[in-house]
Amino acid sequence: MADTLRVYAGILHARWRIAMSYRTSFAFEITGQAIGQLTEVVVIALLFTRIRSMGGFDVTAVLLMYGFSAACFGLADTVVGQVEKLPQLIRSGELDAMLIRPLGLLPQLCLLDIQLRRLGRLLSGLLILGVAAHRAPIDWTWDRFLLVGLCTVTGAVIFSAIFVAACSISFWVVEGSELANAVTYGGTAFASYPLTIYDRILRRLMAYVLPGAFISYYPTVTLLGIRDPLGLPGWFGWLGPVVALLSCLVAGLIWRTAVRRYRGTGS
Amino acid sequence: MIIEVEGLRRTFRVSEKAGRFRRSHREVVAVQDVSFTVPEGETLGYVGPNGAGKSTTIKMLTGILVPTAGRVRVCGLDPSRQRKKLARRLGVVFGQRTQLWWDLPLLDSFELLRDIYRVGQTQYRERLDECTELLGLAEFLSTPVRQLSLGQRMRGEITAALLHDPRLLVLDEPTIGLDLESKARLRSFLAELNRTKGTTLLLTTHDLDDIEQLCRRLMVIDHGRVLADGELAGLRGSVAAERTLTVDLQEPADLSGIPGVTAIKADGPRVHLEFLPSEVSAAQLITAVAARAEIRDLAVGEASIEEVIRRLYDLRPAPQA
Amino acid sequence: MRAGFRRYSAYRQAALAGVITNSVFGLIRAATLATLFTGATRSSEYTPQQMSTYVWLGQGLLSVVLLWGGWDFAERIRTGHVAVDLYRPWDLQAALLAEEIGRAGYALALRFLPPMIIGLALSEMYLPRDPLIWLLFLISALLSVVISFSLRFMINLAAFWLLDIRGPASMYALVSNLLTGLVLPIWMFPGWAQTAIWATPFPYLLQAPIDVFVEHGSPWRLLGAQLLVTAIVLGAGRLMLRRAEHRLVVQGG
Repeated sequence: MADTLRVYAGILHARWRIAMSYRTSFAFEITGQAIGQLTEVVVIALLFTRIRSMGGFDVTAVLLMYGFSAACFGLADTVVGQVEKLPQLIRSGELDAMLIRPLGLLPQLCLLDIQLRRLGRLLSGLLILGVAAHRAPIDWTWDRFLLVGLCTVTGAVIFSAIFVAACSISFWVVEGSELANAVTYGGTAFASYPLTIYDRILRRLMAYVLPGAFISYYPTVTLLGIRDPLGLPGWFGWLGPVVALLSCLVAGLIWRTAVRRYRGTGS
Repeated sequence: MIIEVEGLRRTFRVSEKAGRFRRSHREVVAVQDVSFTVPEGETLGYVGPNGAGKSTTIKMLTGILVPTAGRVRVCGLDPSRQRKKLARRLGVVFGQRTQLWWDLPLLDSFELLRDIYRVGQTQYRERLDECTELLGLAEFLSTPVRQLSLGQRMRGEITAALLHDPRLLVLDEPTIGLDLESKARLRSFLAELNRTKGTTLLLTTHDLDDIEQLCRRLMVIDHGRVLADGELAGLRGSVAAERTLTVDLQEPADLSGIPGVTAIKADGPRVHLEFLPSEVSAAQLITAVAARAEIRDLAVGEASIEEVIRRLYDLRPAPQA
Repeated sequence: MRAGFRRYSAYRQAALAGVITNSVFGLIRAATLATLFTGATRSSEYTPQQMSTYVWLGQGLLSVVLLWGGWDFAERIRTGHVAVDLYRPWDLQAALLAEEIGRAGYALALRFLPPMIIGLALSEMYLPRDPLIWLLFLISALLSVVISFSLRFMINLAAFWLLDIRGPASMYALVSNLLTGLVLPIWMFPGWAQTAIWATPFPYLLQAPIDVFVEHGSPWRLLGAQLLVTAIVLGAGRLMLRRAEHRLVVQGG
């Protein structure tokens, strides 16, 4: 573990130095990522010029949900987003090169190609979350602070698990990355809006199969102390850690199976 | 023994379109019944045509692929089960894919590998200085890898594989695409490494000069089976390949009709005679030539390695359907 | 054109994956926009049927018009392969456009129809009664393909002057999401912004053919504007290509 962290620090340092030697283009990339994220805020703002509530939630609540979704996705994307490259790595044989190093495959995948430009997305996500939380009528007791912090982390963990599980498909399907995109980016887009606007099948899928609802919807409901229109109890927002743990277990299992298949164990 | 392989076998399942929606699966055998051992300090060349099973074998030795059947021990470890532990004792160089970080300076890649392999600072400095000197890396240590020439990059790759001081160095097509000078430089470095440190070398290659200059032992594989394995000299004898006698004659003479000679090629006063050692010895042949013309100079050559391998392929049993 | 069609039909697996992605996003966007019709507020600009047509038509057209990607030509310029393209006895811009139209034809069959079918199955969509409108829509979509090609052609050509077009390309992707009407219909923007957006070429990539189809505004005016934009961007691309060729000749490739 300590070694992994050392390698992590080393690669971050090296990447940072590279980014700083191309300062202008790095700034450009970061801004680009941030603007991309903020476009969605424009969309929400424009929608709310014509509606007063979306699925029973006002603009503050929707922005809060969007903020959770954006911040968690940004964090997950920065830490594990590199698994997206899996199809390329398999095709070029670089994955084999990773297998002859004395580190786990997944840590290598996440660490070694870390993209600092993704910080743009993370920072804008955190900014949106911060502004939304600040504007919301919340009585800031310590447990609510804790809830925001906890949910940002567990939400990111859930997203990461979705990332890893979805990208594992590349071991089976050649064009797996786009399918994975449907799940990962689709998942973020889904988690950005109140669960109540979707029809029943989609809702169930999102709340229980891909646990996107635990990233933004339940935390927001709990945080604002609103009665859930779908009738689930208020403490549901605190279930994040449990769901995150479960997601990791499932994702880990899928990943293991995929890698075993790739290396040809027992096939 | 640094490598022990016994009854190694690897099959792949290939799925094919069998109809509009149906898919049929077929087992393809990539490696079958391969057994060999390699003692420490050996230099082994592993050759065979594309698709013969070379890469698959290498992948099983390094722990990337799990064998379908058979036993593999490398450095005393089971590669597929103890992959990470083995990785610390093993250096691998792939000629066609990089171990280095494309957009980072070479030195950064080395430092990252130092951390990944947990190499101590003293040992790291020592190995790096040594390689920098012997391979002439100094001028491009701070250049991003993507800007390096292929020759420079390969020197970087080799250094990267040696930083953790492995006992066994596996090289997969290390000289592919390199110019003659880079090839020569790389070969002499590897030969030196084997001589001074006793590092075991296992290399696959298409360039038979690599084998000639680096390997004491040759293993030939085709259709997943080992066709031949042994010292180069022994292999030459076993396939009964022709040797060549080259003579410079004082004046042209007719040398046809000497028993055991299979081909004659005249090149001015210089004549090349190919002969089968099993039918006539070099000494007998020289005597026979001397009887017909005055010899000014002579040389006896071995069959080229290409010739040996070609003959091995000719001799192989028909592949089983 | 035929070569373009054949080349792209090789990627059927990719097409399937793309359709699934497009459909997932279609579902989400349909759901968010449907909230416009619930509760007290009513949207005056589209009916619910038109809105659902807008969403699914947009998801389908996205890959026909090619909003994302299409930067291969810049790579040919960067690597110098472009010299070969330029010395062939053909009009480079026309040849690339023909290939692009072939690609669009393929996309129409494989990437446009499936989301439309999903949309039809899941929601009530507005479909024009007048066959003339269907024809006008096809023409409008074709013009969109040409405009999209021309814009990307120019950005690709920028590779002659810039080392790396990633900057402009990502800027283009960023802007086009919002300004083409992909994420929100242009009429949802405030009045001043609408005027400004319609003055750029972007809404003619997506919003224009959609509005022709759902009969939002006069189709003839939309087509007329599209024709004008097509002429401008094609002409500008031509001019830029000439400058680039000149540059290549002067510098000797």
